[in-house]
Amino acid sequence: MADIKVSNLNLWYGDFQALINVNAYFTQKQITAMIGPSGCGKSTLLRVFNRMNDLIEGVRVSGEVLIDTQNIISEETDLVSLRKKVGMVFQRPNPFPLSIYENIAFGQRVHAEGLTKFKLDEIVRDSLQSVLLWDELKDKLNKSALTLSLEQKQRLCIARLIAVKPDILLMDEPCSTLDPQGTSRIEELMRELKNNYTIIIVTHNMQQAARVSDETGFMLLGELVEFGKTQDIFTNPKDKRTEDYITGRYG
Amino acid sequence: MRNTQRSQKIAFFFLFLATLLIVLPVGLIVVIIAQKGMPAINWQFLSDIPRQGMRAGGIFPAIVGTFYLVFGALFFALPMGLLAAVYLSEYAKENLLNRIIKLAIINLSGVPSVVYGLFGLALFVVFLKFGASILSGSLTLGIMILPIIITTSREALESVPQSFREVSLSLGASKWQTIRHIVLPNAIPGILTGTILGLGRAAGETAPILFTVAAFYLPRLPKSIFDQAMALPYHLYVISTQVPNVDEKVRYGTALVLLFLVLVMNLVAIIIRYNFRKKKKW
Ligand SMILES: Nc1ncnc2c1ncn2[C@@H]1O[C@H](COP(=O)(O)OP(=O)(O)O)[C@@H](O)[C@H]1O
Ligand SMILES: [Mg+2]
Repeated sequence: MADIKVSNLNLWYGDFQALINVNAYFTQKQITAMIGPSGCGKSTLLRVFNRMNDLIEGVRVSGEVLIDTQNIISEETDLVSLRKKVGMVFQRPNPFPLSIYENIAFGQRVHAEGLTKFKLDEIVRDSLQSVLLWDELKDKLNKSALTLSLEQKQRLCIARLIAVKPDILLMDEPCSTLDPQGTSRIEELMRELKNNYTIIIVTHNMQQAARVSDETGFMLLGELVEFGKTQDIFTNPKDKRTEDYITGRYG
Repeated sequence: MRNTQRSQKIAFFFLFLATLLIVLPVGLIVVIIAQKGMPAINWQFLSDIPRQGMRAGGIFPAIVGTFYLVFGALFFALPMGLLAAVYLSEYAKENLLNRIIKLAIINLSGVPSVVYGLFGLALFVVFLKFGASILSGSLTLGIMILPIIITTSREALESVPQSFREVSLSLGASKWQTIRHIVLPNAIPGILTGTILGLGRAAGETAPILFTVAAFYLPRLPKSIFDQAMALPYHLYVISTQVPNVDEKVRYGTALVLLFLVLVMNLVAIIIRYNFRKKKKW
């Protein structure tokens, strides 16, 4: 498990500054929610933590992001081990067009070639159990993952991630394609998972942030306006802009 | 409302007509060649060497030669084309050099096949001293179908959703692992389709093999890749224009065999693509 300490973080897409002097501390065994209007830089911030912004041309980053005493934005960072440690759940459930089993086994196929079938079976089972899918799916592990429901797919994606044994889970609007039932079941799962992981969830749904998170950060136009205990943010915001947002005065 | 419906009907009628105009000649060609060529088709025609100055006997060496050439071309063009496609779709950055490469590939597919023939003659036959041989012919045909294979493979690779790559990378896979485990397997049907279309093209062309491999009359099977060979399209050209008094049914029979080979290849490509489309769900 690992905390994330962000100091003086700035990020530019070419000339456009998308993150402006962000300072924050994400604590392990907690769920931290990032809220704010669309385009304020929430996804960009998450993608700093697993260096997925590297895929975009013309991105520049300055500042410090410490995970386990290592500044992960430095050039020398080993991206493979960083991304094993910091996993991401995407907005759209995106299982590979493979069987359920192979989806979960993917990480091991890549990271631990030559694992015995027995060990692999065990990892697949454990991962599915931890997202509460094992009982549902144990008899159809060889079916295509594309046949699952949206919520099952999103759970499967979380299981696929868990199989890699990360410390930190980044979730970028993981419920935005789900119905209210699916959403509340994923939220339940998050509460269950938080005992073992550092979880950061981006959401534009303030109720969701209020329901699941321990701490909340409010972002606006690339700035982290306010960061603190979820209860404080929602009942007693210090910044006028935070108050305006949670009372619904922004889009 | 009425009016739009009527104009829609009229539009459909003309579209149907246009489709018919495309399908009709193709159908006619097949029917005429089949009708005139069928009487020549028998086991001897397919398995015997040409006899009596190619006026009788069979076309077996030409069939074999065409197979050698097609698979020889594949042997060179598929690995090279696939690597080029992977580079262009997965690694190449948008810059001037790569734009020039892409433009060159598009232009290569527009080069007349006789130019490939001359190029093959100059490079493989003369300069590299491979002589008129299966090797030279295969290389020439391989270069000719390279643009088809690169273009279709690139399209197949690029049609694999970007999100798959992102997930794979986010799970800690390297770029190459992502390509090997995720991108390539999902692109294989498209790559296969392009390859088979390329093969069909290679099987049917006369000009590229004219100076590089084709034997006018070689009533035996080639012994090595440095041997000359007969090939169906060239054989057809020879018996249609160079040898007097060849029976019509022999000429159409040869054309039918060639047409059949090419159509079967294209059909296989279509079936693969159809099955793939049906399965694809993203
Ligand atoms: N690849 C990119 N290139 C340029 N600008 C981008 C890119 N991705 C995001 N942005 C810009 O950065 C800002 C923050 O985007 P993002 O992090 O996606 O916001 P959020 O997730 O909060 O909706 C937006 O103004 C967006 O237009
Ligand atoms: Mg976003």
